[in-house]
Formats: sequence, structure tokens, C-alpha cells
Amino acid sequence: MLMSLAVAGCDAEPEPEAGPARQPTSAPPADPWLHPVLVNQPAGPPRIETGRVDAHGHEVTVSCATCHDVLEPNPAVSRGQQLTEFHLDLEMAHGELTCVSCHNPGNYDQLRLADGRSLEFVNVMELCGQCHGSQRRDFEQGAHGGMTGYWDRTRGPRQRHSCIDCHEPHAPAFPQMKPVFPPRDGLPPGTQPQP
Amino acid sequence: MSESRNISLPVLGQVSRRTALKGLGATLGLAAFAKAMAPLTEWAADLSLDEFLQKHYTELGPDELKRVLARLEQETRQQYGADVTITDHRPEPGVQFGYALNLTVCIGCRRCAEACHIENNHDRATNNSYIRVLEMNKGSLDLDHANPHYDHAVPHPDKFYMPVQCHQCDNPPCVHVCPVEATWKESDGIVVVDYNWCIGCRYCEAACPYHARRFNWTKPQIPANEINPDQSYLSNRIRPQGVVEKCTYCLHRVREGRLPACLEACPTGARVFGNMLDPDSEIRWVLDNKRVFVLKEDLGTQPRFFYFFS
Repeated sequence: MLMSLAVAGCDAEPEPEAGPARQPTSAPPADPWLHPVLVNQPAGPPRIETGRVDAHGHEVTVSCATCHDVLEPNPAVSRGQQLTEFHLDLEMAHGELTCVSCHNPGNYDQLRLADGRSLEFVNVMELCGQCHGSQRRDFEQGAHGGMTGYWDRTRGPRQRHSCIDCHEPHAPAFPQMKPVFPPRDGLPPGTQPQP
Repeated sequence: MSESRNISLPVLGQVSRRTALKGLGATLGLAAFAKAMAPLTEWAADLSLDEFLQKHYTELGPDELKRVLARLEQETRQQYGADVTITDHRPEPGVQFGYALNLTVCIGCRRCAEACHIENNHDRATNNSYIRVLEMNKGSLDLDHANPHYDHAVPHPDKFYMPVQCHQCDNPPCVHVCPVEATWKESDGIVVVDYNWCIGCRYCEAACPYHARRFNWTKPQIPANEINPDQSYLSNRIRPQGVVEKCTYCLHRVREGRLPACLEACPTGARVFGNMLDPDSEIRWVLDNKRVFVLKEDLGTQPRFFYFFS
């Protein structure tokens, strides 16, 4: 799944198999005396569950190319309900985007930037940042997306979320959620102010 | 000296009216004194002599402080059954802490309040937390109509959410009103309380315009396995009954270079923390580039907690 994430150092040299796009980073160019800022990354291209289980009880998953290599891309498709098989329950609520706005119709195990360049899934934040420039800027300055670890990087590293940790890319609006307990202000039960 | 003869045994018929009244007055006085002192005998039961004689935090020498910390650890073990480490974290030169909160992305989920509750060893029964999340009407900063007790799915489309905690003011009214100097501002900007010096008068709670201080009406109850053992004298050690407590920006974490617990818990990344003296820090970028504001600026409290819309 897209949400299964690996951690990779953004201060590290770009890996050879990575696309031309660099991983966005909030860190200044590698300072040897500073601990790194680690940005979460997806493990790689997503795997599609077939709903079957192998002899060991593991889910059988297939890569995107398993089907898409032999299927003609249809650029008009913009939501799951328009399909006849697979991805039928995919909720799509991301503006007017279609599948191939982000997915690479030439190779579905990759993404595609607006200028036509291919992009590996691990560098997905580059894709999001094309449109969401203010969020990208705030993220790079540490003012969007949250973090854990050390404010003082001379003493320890920091870990940061990626876009798709918090936003489901197909329906990126942050979902409603149930809040945790309300305060009781030290008052005994039954005497608290009503909501 | 006829009176001294009468004092020894006031028997009716042998004493003057004056002596009888004196005896009555003395008896009543003694009774009133005994009654007035009675709470002291109960109170002293769980107050060791060491604690009674303990000096103010700022006057403790290194050896005295070591003994105090050891005693507090031992008391925690006795009273709560938990092995904890209580450290004394001191402010560092060149560090001035600042905190900013993005009201555009805060969704009011109270994860920050929950993280504070756990991190700072708050009383479980009261859901106590140093953070109060206010549900506000969109387009207004009217605190009179803010609701901290909402209990529905968030974010509500007509509302926005404003978490309020200690603003670590540079002109802190809570510090000015303390009659015993049990609370003060440290050199890195954090306002702290010596819980063993606090007399529980709650002047500071009344003086704070942000409702940021809490009073321990009862002895905090926390199961031993839920106690955060990573504690600090001025921060999250379990507070005694009858004293005031407050947010310290997780002093026991931030003075080790770590981020506050509420920031790490925030699922939307609304919180930005750092050293305001570091020109490359995230907090400085926010202060320099966002339209930040402080709550109740007109009161002149000069908070170190900033809000902004992105």
C-alpha cells in the first residue's frame, strides 16, 4: 500500500535508481555536525491485493504492470466507478485530476510529473509539490507536516512525515475524526459544564 | 500576689470573679489553639521533616539538591509503586524557546492535550492537561463564546480550533503575584514552579489571562505502569496535592534538545517549536514570514506562544 513507508535519509546522496527529482528536504546542505532530518518515503511502487492467499497464508499482491502492461491507458478515467474491474472502490476526491494526471501511463510502476518526466514512487513529494507550492515551501521550512525527534539537531536526528502519511493522495482532504477526551477541569463527574 | 494563690485551683466559692473569668479565658484559648493546630498534626503525617525544612529550589546547593531528588524518587516509589528518575534540567545559554501554532491546520482533535496528559503525569480521573483546545466560531476571536468541552467529530465546518497552554510570557502576571516567589521565569524563557515551595494560594491561577495554570485539588492518581519515569524537578514529576502546576514546554524534553510531547503528537503538523535565537530555526522562519499574533496582546504579557494562519 501507499501508506507503507520506509525511512530514508534526505541528506544522503541521491540513489542512482532515483529519478531526476530530488527528495524535498528541510535540512540545509549536509552539515557534518548536524544530525540528519529523515523524511518518510514510500517503500516503492504500490502493490495491488488480489484477495488471494498463498500456501503460507500471505496475501498475494501483484505489481501495477501485471495488468497495465497489456492494457491501453484511458486518459478520460477520473474515478473508480468508471471502471469495470479493479480499483472500483477507490474514492477519488482530488479536484479535477484524472488517473494519469499523476500516474505514468507509460509505466504504471512510476509516477509522472506535469512536464512529462517519470518519477519514482519514493519521490512522491516532488509530485505533490508541483501544485501545492505553499505547502511545499512551508514543509521545507519545517512549518507544515509535523515532526518527531530533536529541535536541536546538534544533539539528535529528526523524523518528518511525507505528504502521503497524512493525506490520502486520491482524497487528500484531512478527514474528520473523533477528538480525545474533553477536560474535566478538576471537577467531579456530573458537575462539569455541558458541551 | 493574692491572685497567684487563686490560679492554682479555681474551685467555686473560693475564687474571685476575676480569677474565674481568667481561668475560663485561658481554657477557651487553649481549646481554640488546639483546634487550630489540629490540621497540622494530620498534615505532618505525610510530610517528612526533610521536606518541611527544604529550601527554595534556587537556594539548594548541589548536594542538597541531590538529596532532595533522591528523596522525591523514593517518595514516588513508596506512594505510587513506580521507579522514576527525577533530574534537574538547567537552562542553557544561547537558547530562547518559542512556540507557534498554525490555526489553519489545527483540527481540534486534542491529541496534544492527550500527549500532555500522559507525558506530564497528570491525574487520570480529571483528564487534566496543560492544553485546553477552544472551539471558536469562524471569523471571530471572541473567547467568551469559545467552547473547550466540545465532543463531536472534528473539525466542524463552521468552527476553528485554538489550543491554549502556558504562553511563557516575558511579562508574566502569574510570577508577579506570587507572594512566596515559588514561580519564576528562567533564562531560556520558561516559567517554572517549585512545587515544594508553592503554598497553593492560587493567586497565579487567577492572574493568568490564559487560564493556563492548574491546581491540584486532590493527590494525583496514576497507575504505576502509566507513570512516565523520565521526570524533572521543575517539570513533570508528580505534583503534590494543594499546589499549582503549569506547562513548561516539556522542560525535561526541550532542555535535552528534544521536541515537546504536544508537538510530536500533533497529527496535522500545526505546531512549530525551536530556539528563537537560531536564525535557521523553524520557529524563526515562521516569525519572520508568517503573520503571527499573540493572544490578548493588549494586556502586555508579551507571550512566547504565537498563533498564525497559513
